[in-house]
Amino acid sequence: MEIAVISGKGGTGKSSISAAFATLNGDVVLADCDVDAANLYLLFDPFVEEEEVYIAGHKAVIDYSKCTNCKMCKDYCRFDAISLKNDKIVISEISCDGCFLCSRICPENAIRMVANDKSRMYSGSFRNGKMIYGRLAPGEENSGKLVNMVRLKAKQLSEENGMNIIILDGPPGIGCPVISTITGVSKVVIVTEPTISGLDDLKRTVGIVQKFNLLAYIIINKYDLNFSLSAQIKKWCKESNITMAGELPFDKNIVEAMVQGKSITEFNPEINISKKIKIIWNKIINQKT
Amino acid sequence: MNQPVSDMIKIAVASGKGGTGKTYISTNLFYSLSKKNYRVAMVDCDAEAPNAVAFFESEIVGKTEVTQKVPVINSDICTFCGKCHEYCNYNAIFILPPMKIVKVIEDLCHDCGACSVACKSGAISEKPVSLGQVTTFSVKGKPSLLEARINIGVMSPVTVIKAAIKQIDNQSDIAILDSPPGTSCPFVQTAASADYVILVTEPTPFGLSDLKQSVETLKTINKPFGVIINRAGLGNNSVMEYLTHENIQLLLEIPFNKEIAVLYSNGRLVSETNEIFSEQLLSVFENIIENHGNSSN
Repeated sequence: MEIAVISGKGGTGKSSISAAFATLNGDVVLADCDVDAANLYLLFDPFVEEEEVYIAGHKAVIDYSKCTNCKMCKDYCRFDAISLKNDKIVISEISCDGCFLCSRICPENAIRMVANDKSRMYSGSFRNGKMIYGRLAPGEENSGKLVNMVRLKAKQLSEENGMNIIILDGPPGIGCPVISTITGVSKVVIVTEPTISGLDDLKRTVGIVQKFNLLAYIIINKYDLNFSLSAQIKKWCKESNITMAGELPFDKNIVEAMVQGKSITEFNPEINISKKIKIIWNKIINQKT
Repeated sequence: MNQPVSDMIKIAVASGKGGTGKTYISTNLFYSLSKKNYRVAMVDCDAEAPNAVAFFESEIVGKTEVTQKVPVINSDICTFCGKCHEYCNYNAIFILPPMKIVKVIEDLCHDCGACSVACKSGAISEKPVSLGQVTTFSVKGKPSLLEARINIGVMSPVTVIKAAIKQIDNQSDIAILDSPPGTSCPFVQTAASADYVILVTEPTPFGLSDLKQSVETLKTINKPFGVIINRAGLGNNSVMEYLTHENIQLLLEIPFNKEIAVLYSNGRLVSETNEIFSEQLLSVFENIIENHGNSSN
């Protein structure tokens, strides 16, 4: 069973909640799919057993010994990546999308495509099972392909080790990396917060989850920061026929646990928030799809 | 044409980690500068989850659709040579020559135009598809707030973000860009079009880890930047130690305050009632102008 934890808005508490889920019972496979801001390894300090290279597309590079300044590449490029500076063709690494077109049409064969091979995927063991996380090199395109690679590895480790539950900690937003995180999973947990921004992003996140016909559960984190907005979110969920999994209070212990490198349920299983997370987790995994 | 307008200063407000207070800083900075009669515009570049508009009494004064082109293949003319499929680096063209099947998977298309160049039989034309919108809002009678918003299901927000930044009118001296979270493409595109980047972080291990990624990224693209620590007092001292060690400028520390969190949750601008906060943001701005700006005022 693959369970994805996502949220449209960042900073709602996705990773802290995923970390708690991962340490509640038995062995799990934990996959950090927030590949351009992976954090869970900080709590779990996994023992890395395997490191794999991820090719994040290509970049065009000019060989000036061959370039005749014909500007054909500049005319064909649709990403505004090629310009003429001081009578020299210059390719902007930031704007280049790696489509290969310039390298194909260049009459002098002066353009070479170089693979972006600085991103990595790590997998190994942590105290509650297996863990996988990606590390996108700075500024690389987060196309969701690295997320797919992380998920494939998670499935492989789940089968090899007989760990049936895979927890995917997703990225914020609703774009490609999020879509890659949720396609085909068993259940999606959406973490929101009672803010105007939180509610607005929740609606867009539910939109993307429904587009893929997935079963969604909502958690309102820090619900006591704004009771009236929490009530509004609950009302909206009810009207939209989405299951509320539960509400969690604002608790400074979340940060304290993080500082100590623990999930909140490891840090103190007896406090209110930890007990509530356990109830929510049981509700999510036990409900039949 | 895509170069930053030289006499306007663009400041991007960004953070690797989500929810550190990017929008909190950018909306309040925008408000504080407007109140001092600066000619300032704001662009909400978080096209996957745009929120800035909710903090202002505003009115829509314009909307443009952002589109990309996708190929349309006429299978009556197509010779099923497979060249378009070979040229497409995004696997957006599916072809089965023996069955005479050729299909475009529009979601995967990046609008690079390679297939049209590849096709020698004139079977490929192009049509526009919508990616999202750029909406212009008027705040206090001035059309100064632009919002980039992608349609649900669109893969990359980059095209819509670029379109929104292009639409900043030249009546403004300052533009605040509220950046998307993360350190990949959408963030880089936003940061690359700015003259200076304010990184907002929180003093937690997650905050620090993501801050390091953002710093590394900004260094590779050579952008000047400084850091605001939000919710100071929560967490630990490691962000501060990192800034000192790396010699990174700390622009401001904002202590954690539950009342601020409640005001924010209701979509209220803290600087409206809190003069001190407003003044602090203004001095952050003046500090940036002094050290990196092109005296635009």
